[in-house]
Amino acid sequence: MTELNIVALVSVGAHPLSGRPRRAEQDARAVELGLHLAGERLQVLHAGDPQQEALRAYLGMGLNQLKILEQPAHSDALPVLADYLADSSAQLVLTGSQAETGEGSGMLPFLLAEQLGWPLVVGLAAVEQVSDGVAQVLQALPRGQRRRLQVRLPFVASVDNAAPTARQSAFGPARRGLLTAEEVELVADPLFASAQLQPAKPRPKRLKVIKAKTGAERMKAATAKASGGGGQVLKDVSPEAGAEAIFKLLLEEGVLR
Amino acid sequence: MSEIIRRDPRVEWIARNRLHPLHAAAQPAAVSWMGPNGVIRKNPHGVGFIGPNGLKRIDRSGGQQGGSQKRSTASAVVQLPLHVIEQPAFHIVVVPDMVGGRLSAHDKDLLGLAHKLAGSDGAVVAVIFGEHKENALDCNGVDRLLQFEADGFSGYAPEARVLALAALERQLTPRHWLLPDSRTGGGELGRRLAAKLGVRPATRVWQVADGVSSGRAGAGREDLVQQAPRVVLAAVECAEPVSETRHEVRALALNEALVRHIPRIQDLGAVAVDPAQIPMAEAEFILSGGNGVKDWALFHQAAAALGATEGASRVAVDDGYMGRERQVGASGIWVTARVYVAVGISGAIQHLQGIGACDKVVAINLDPTCDMIKRADLSVIGESAAILQALIERVAAYRQGGARDAA
Ligand SMILES: Cc1cc2nc3c(=O)[nH]c(=O)nc-3n(C[C@H](O)[C@H](O)[C@H](O)COP(=O)(O)OP(=O)(O)OC[C@H]3O[C@@H](n4cnc5c(N)ncnc54)[C@H](O)[C@@H]3O)c2cc1C
Repeated sequence: MTELNIVALVSVGAHPLSGRPRRAEQDARAVELGLHLAGERLQVLHAGDPQQEALRAYLGMGLNQLKILEQPAHSDALPVLADYLADSSAQLVLTGSQAETGEGSGMLPFLLAEQLGWPLVVGLAAVEQVSDGVAQVLQALPRGQRRRLQVRLPFVASVDNAAPTARQSAFGPARRGLLTAEEVELVADPLFASAQLQPAKPRPKRLKVIKAKTGAERMKAATAKASGGGGQVLKDVSPEAGAEAIFKLLLEEGVLR
Repeated sequence: MSEIIRRDPRVEWIARNRLHPLHAAAQPAAVSWMGPNGVIRKNPHGVGFIGPNGLKRIDRSGGQQGGSQKRSTASAVVQLPLHVIEQPAFHIVVVPDMVGGRLSAHDKDLLGLAHKLAGSDGAVVAVIFGEHKENALDCNGVDRLLQFEADGFSGYAPEARVLALAALERQLTPRHWLLPDSRTGGGELGRRLAAKLGVRPATRVWQVADGVSSGRAGAGREDLVQQAPRVVLAAVECAEPVSETRHEVRALALNEALVRHIPRIQDLGAVAVDPAQIPMAEAEFILSGGNGVKDWALFHQAAAALGATEGASRVAVDDGYMGRERQVGASGIWVTARVYVAVGISGAIQHLQGIGACDKVVAINLDPTCDMIKRADLSVIGESAAILQALIERVAAYRQGGARDAA
């Protein structure tokens, strides 16, 4: 295992259907990745209510304790987390990419990195090696692709659904683990002075607007099959010439690696 | 409209029926007219038509006359009105994702939203990093274009991009920054920019109306409704794309030179992933085989050589050449590949439905009339095995050449 000091930030999630508090999916993945990398030495940090039972689900993943910076709901978690992390010896801070409750803007890792002055890696999938204060990591890209990055320690990394799936939470360790609370200064979040949360409205379905002037055009639009024409057709060419044309298109589109 | 001359039975019927009020109008024009002295003149040459053997025929039953006038074909391309903003009162800056160098549907929606926010006084500025292949920027609502040179921004360089955007912020102080809240770059760049500018962005915004933005919050069970902030990260279908105007795409330049900075994150390049491990629905590049593939070993070899994820039509799956999880189409997987190569697939509607979201389709087929060719952007008519073989050799030559260049 690498000798990294890793802190995973966790939040309280909400079940997608019932809305009941649970461990947040992506934060659990961050904890999982942290456990892979640091094992026992992983620190897990939460800013919020220490009485929240859902937090025990993280302890059930095999943690001895979870540190809580005590805050009422709707206060700004960023300054207290930034203060705490600046004073700690953390080298890698893992977060989920989006909270499941509240604003869920996914800004926390970005603002944290900006405040701490650390680089940020989005979509961390794996840490390959760490040497001389430089980490080589894999970043998850859409469409199952991966990119290798080199980044100076310390850094902030957010994980998304490409990170390893979180292990199940075991009941016994979840009961036995400690939730240790720490008093911190309270900072109110100014957001809710000007914005309000409403139950999500179903999004309007986009209608296929047909801007036809004549009946014939409307008829054509309604019955149109696969948009005919436009494509280039190579007939009576040698296989080599055909392959060359396909090859050129693939190269242009940048799908040949 | 097509060039095919169609018969109109109703007009023919009117032309035969001398009691019909429109009978005169249905007669071929310029056969008889009122002369200058009030005498009816007739043109005997205007009567009749040229028959199939090249002889002139006169059909007094009226049957031929109705549809004989050639209909005007509305083939002229309509030139959309140009939307000119000479002195913009304010700017709306859009940073499109430009996946594959072209505007994605998401980018177009975003430009539509920008156009809506800009109204008739503001200018929509699009910022593009590096080269692009889009040739319809004007029809998608770009009033000004700021294009950065590729060097320094190629690969993964979010920090350099944010610095460039911050420089633009100092120059224009745009009213809004719009970025796509996508995983292909916009979501990350927008959040980095917001953190840099110290603006609290609205994210996953699906509607901006009267200056109020609504975006999903949390896990999507709630909406956050607020006064639209300066940085807006919008979801797909946040607005209708621009379709009724053309725009100038006037080039814009940055006044200050960009400072060089030392990137804290270094891009070591893409990692080879086994294409077979990528879920079909997500794969970017699919080589799909159908009933026209006879040599499956060669097909697998081609997929490996190209680095493509394999797909199949239902026939290939039913015949046992491919697994069920590889079937593309209505009863299989709806794929979203950017490039889809269909080898020996006829293009049944059930199959075409599954590739509706694909950008570029390449068809390899023996039959030049099949439906796949109508859908494809490039079709090669020929024997699939021979073309695949040639393609493998071409790619192998390219890879070797590349290796030699690198050495
Ligand atoms: C309810 C229902 C659901 C269905 N769902 C799906 C679905 O999800 N996905 C799906 O794919 N199909 C589906 N189908 C089947 C679909 O209708 C077609 O039968 C099927 O897609 C045809 O597959 P194909 O194009 O591979 O075969 P064919 O139609 O036989 O086409 C073979 C093509 O290969 C060409 N060819 C032949 N030999 C060569 C050669 N040597 N070199 C190059 N080209 C050659 C031929 O010209 C022809 O165009 C469904 C059908 C039904 C009824």
